Amino acid sequence: MSHNLLSTSLAGLKLRNPTALASGIMGYTAESLQRVVDGGAGAVVTKSVGAAPRMGYANPTIVQANCGLVNAMGLPNPGIDEFVEEIAHAKTILQAPLIVSVFGYSAEEYAVVAKKAAAAGADALELNVSCPHVKQTGSEIGQNPRILAEVVAKVKEAVQVPVIVKLSPNVTDIAETAKTAVKAGADALTAINTVKAMAIDVDTALPVLSNTRGGLSGPAIKPIALRCVYDLYEAVETPIIGCGGITTWQDTVEFLLAGATAVQVGTAVALENPNVFHAINRGVTAYLKKKGYGSVKEIIGIAHRT
Amino acid sequence: MHTALNTIRTTPILSVKTESPTVKTYTLKDKLCAKAKPGQFLMLWIPGVDEIPLSVMDAENDRVSVSVKAVGDATRHLHSMKPGETVGVRGPFGNCFTEASGKILMVGGGTGTAPLLFLARRLAAKAQRLSFVVGAKTKTELLFLNELNAVCTEQSVITTTEDGTYGLQCLVTEPLGKLLAETRFDMVYACGPELMVSKIFNLTEQHGIPFEASLERLMRCGIGLCGSCVIGKYRVCRDGPVFNAAQLSEVKSELGISKLGFDGARIPV
Ligand SMILES: Cc1cc2nc3c(=O)[nH]c(=O)nc-3n(C[C@H](O)[C@H](O)[C@H](O)COP(=O)(O)OP(=O)(O)OC[C@H]3O[C@@H](n4cnc5c(N)ncnc54)[C@H](O)[C@@H]3O)c2cc1C
Ligand SMILES: Cc1cc2nc3c(=O)[nH]c(=O)nc-3n(C[C@H](O)[C@H](O)[C@H](O)COP(=O)(O)O)c2cc1C
Ligand code: FES
Repeated sequence: MSHNLLSTSLAGLKLRNPTALASGIMGYTAESLQRVVDGGAGAVVTKSVGAAPRMGYANPTIVQANCGLVNAMGLPNPGIDEFVEEIAHAKTILQAPLIVSVFGYSAEEYAVVAKKAAAAGADALELNVSCPHVKQTGSEIGQNPRILAEVVAKVKEAVQVPVIVKLSPNVTDIAETAKTAVKAGADALTAINTVKAMAIDVDTALPVLSNTRGGLSGPAIKPIALRCVYDLYEAVETPIIGCGGITTWQDTVEFLLAGATAVQVGTAVALENPNVFHAINRGVTAYLKKKGYGSVKEIIGIAHRT
Repeated sequence: MHTALNTIRTTPILSVKTESPTVKTYTLKDKLCAKAKPGQFLMLWIPGVDEIPLSVMDAENDRVSVSVKAVGDATRHLHSMKPGETVGVRGPFGNCFTEASGKILMVGGGTGTAPLLFLARRLAAKAQRLSFVVGAKTKTELLFLNELNAVCTEQSVITTTEDGTYGLQCLVTEPLGKLLAETRFDMVYACGPELMVSKIFNLTEQHGIPFEASLERLMRCGIGLCGSCVIGKYRVCRDGPVFNAAQLSEVKSELGISKLGFDGARIPV
């Protein structure tokens, strides 16, 4: 019964609830993703995967900040040719949509990786054009409207499954980036990736992250992400997945009210645990009942004043 | 997870003790890690070099100790550091061994002996019997013999070396068949190379004896976020590093067989 209240759809994907695992969190193996689905997630996004294997940066790759974490993992991933096996395995065990996050260093590379991921069974793709700490990919792609449009168009040409574009907050106007992505064919948008950040140890006078610069996630960025979603809802018709600092059902409801169709949860999986999705879903269900709504879809965007 | 635990604390190295030609013990001042329980680990930041997971070997009175084997860049750099130099710590992280009573057997291989020595010190007073099998390649690499003899009584410490330079000449797993057949132990604990752990797990399973082992996997975040350290559905950093027999049965297809490499690909252990 509560499942009916929460069930929703996003760019053609049927979700039993509007929560999903964010990319880069417990996202390497089928069993790890399954654990998150068991924890209540309505969908899962894999770690971002590229054309070739990457080792990522040396440790420290994460550092605690007030109300958040700064990370610079450096996109460690096995490369798509290895990862297709994990995708295929995941498809045989997961009871929820599998979204594969892809990145590349050119439009062609995004398209090649996307095509292989889709062929292996991905239900949808999320284009990481927003990682803030790896050169020549991620946000360096997302910040350039011409290249962004080319990436989205090439991927759309290469695959039949829905294509989600994950946006960076590290731009002057996220609505402009979103419009570019939508015009090029994006079926949905995820907002946001991490916010450029760093940490310095005062004792040793050294930056803590081996990569010096990283991205901030967790509760500290929730208000930033919320504003992005609110702006996007007014700028485009495309469904939006809210992401950034979401930890509780209240956070989730806030994002839905701002205009998100679904949310992704990352850092809270560590701050809490993989069952955080169940806790969120219980809270959202109770909220909908108390307020007399028949479906989670009814509250999308209602915070907007006309 | 409490964010205070995950906040990096810089602290001077208080003392360095040479345990063997390749292993040194570092004692640091840190209030939070001083509360660590046997089995827990900390993330040690070697400024400008790396940050690595290390099991707690001892903890009391605002102090925590770790025993480190020089195997690569980070650990070799640490071995060149002296008292007074600064490192960073976060933690303690992960779960701990359950503190059993009755007849207890511990099996340690290499630096895996360190967390078991910590556990042995905590359990010695209430255990009815505490036996320890400790092994190494050669005599000079045998760790904590004096400490173990002091905690367990000399007769109950069995030593093995692969080259026969001390104790029995065999693998650390060799004496276990006889031990387990002779005595009905209430709990077996193991820490060391994964093939050793997996062999002991099979033996204890045959005898139907409760078993706990501490595992190692590549760790980055240490807090259950990045997924680098998974075995089956478990995150070694958060759901482990200590796993019981029931959990180990669930991950048999990976135990002693495969792990994730730095790029997240499955590689042989
Ligand atoms: C929970 C846990 C507890 C540990 N406790 C101890 C201990 O008490 N004493 C001890 O000497 N060693 C311990 N280790 C192993 C120790 O972390 C590695 O030896 C160390 O990280 C090697 O770093 P390096 O740069 O010197 O070697 P490298 O040349 O970088 O690596 C050598 C090998 O060490 C392992 N390793 C490297 N980096 C990591 C990492 N970030 N996480 C896990 N493994 C890694 C890999 O298997 C690698 O092949 C523990 C590991 C884990 C996961
Ligand atoms: C350790 C870590 C690794 C991440 N890796 C990726 C990644 O590979 N691809 C990606 O698109 N986003 C990645 N992200 C960003 C998250 O998916 C998410 O957008 C961001 O953390 C904000 O959400 P949160 O506050 O719920 O964590 C990563 C975040 C963290 C903390
Ligand atoms: S080290 Fe990141 S999840 Fe365990």
